[in-house]
Amino acid sequence: MTEVRLYVLQRISAMVMAPLVMAHLALMIYAIQGGLSAAEILSRTQGSFWWGGYYGLFVAAVSIHGALGLRVIIREELKWPDAVLNTFTFGAGLVLLTLGLRAVMAVVL
Amino acid sequence: MRMDPKNLKVSIWRGTPDEGAYTDYAVPRKKSQTILDVVSFVQRYLEPSLSFRFACRVGMCGSCAMMVNGKPRWTCRTHVEKAVDGDKLVIAPLRNLPIIKDLACDMDVFFDKWTRAEARFYPTKNRDDDIEPVLPDNPARIYASQGIECINCAVCYAACDVVEKDPRYLGPAALNRAWTLMNDERDGAGIKRLRAVSGTGGCQSCHSQQGCMTYCPNELNPTLSIAGLKRMAVKAALKGEL
Repeated sequence: MTEVRLYVLQRISAMVMAPLVMAHLALMIYAIQGGLSAAEILSRTQGSFWWGGYYGLFVAAVSIHGALGLRVIIREELKWPDAVLNTFTFGAGLVLLTLGLRAVMAVVL
Repeated sequence: MRMDPKNLKVSIWRGTPDEGAYTDYAVPRKKSQTILDVVSFVQRYLEPSLSFRFACRVGMCGSCAMMVNGKPRWTCRTHVEKAVDGDKLVIAPLRNLPIIKDLACDMDVFFDKWTRAEARFYPTKNRDDDIEPVLPDNPARIYASQGIECINCAVCYAACDVVEKDPRYLGPAALNRAWTLMNDERDGAGIKRLRAVSGTGGCQSCHSQQGCMTYCPNELNPTLSIAGLKRMAVKAALKGEL
């Protein structure tokens, strides 16, 4: 993928994340009003297509944005060769996606 | 010219690419004295082997830039009063460029990047065609005019932290020039130049820290030019052209 397409992906993933982060912060405050328990959270999220979609999208955006952000930092600070850098970026994105989707599945399924 | 009794304490970096150190000189302080006057005094009266580069002495040629008390400056138009710290001046070669000797840098890297950025005019007409009208109120021409007074002094290049971190980054000057050409109605490079400025080390590497804008002696805003290139590159990428 060209550098400029990666740049576009990072900007789009940031645009996706911005409202999701705001909503996530608001939800956290709302959700703990009556105390915080696993049972209470799971009662809202389990079997919910919408919460699965919401946090699934969040995780996808974070994985893309985080991996590409690390790519920029590592390029500038550690000066890895492009092939190593690109492999690392792909791996970092995959790890974030796997961990994130596992967490989403744990609360939705 | 009225002489100020006080001397300036001037530390000048002297050396080759392999080794070097600061050497101290006492230079008489004078009215309306520029940094170039100071290094010229050192060369004429104290250290004939001191190397530095200058030509026009009026801020047009872009050859006399140096680091003065840690900041990149065009030395012929920088008064001592503006840059001095008490009575101390520390003068070093431009940051981010290889040193040839003393205050003279190797500018090849800087100009090679202009070439890589396709920062040259690609004509679209020949001598038999009519002259392209250049209307000053055309929006693209306004963008081009905003960035066109660059004198290639490399002050922005020395001020840029991304240049320091990423040797492949094209730098503010080359990208600013590319932006003015992208907005030149007579130029025909189009997507070829956009591809050149959006590859590895291209416009998208800029973090918009605005060091270039802060120190540009001609008060240009390369960060704004680079932002314009980013917009152009993103539009082209979304159309599938990049």
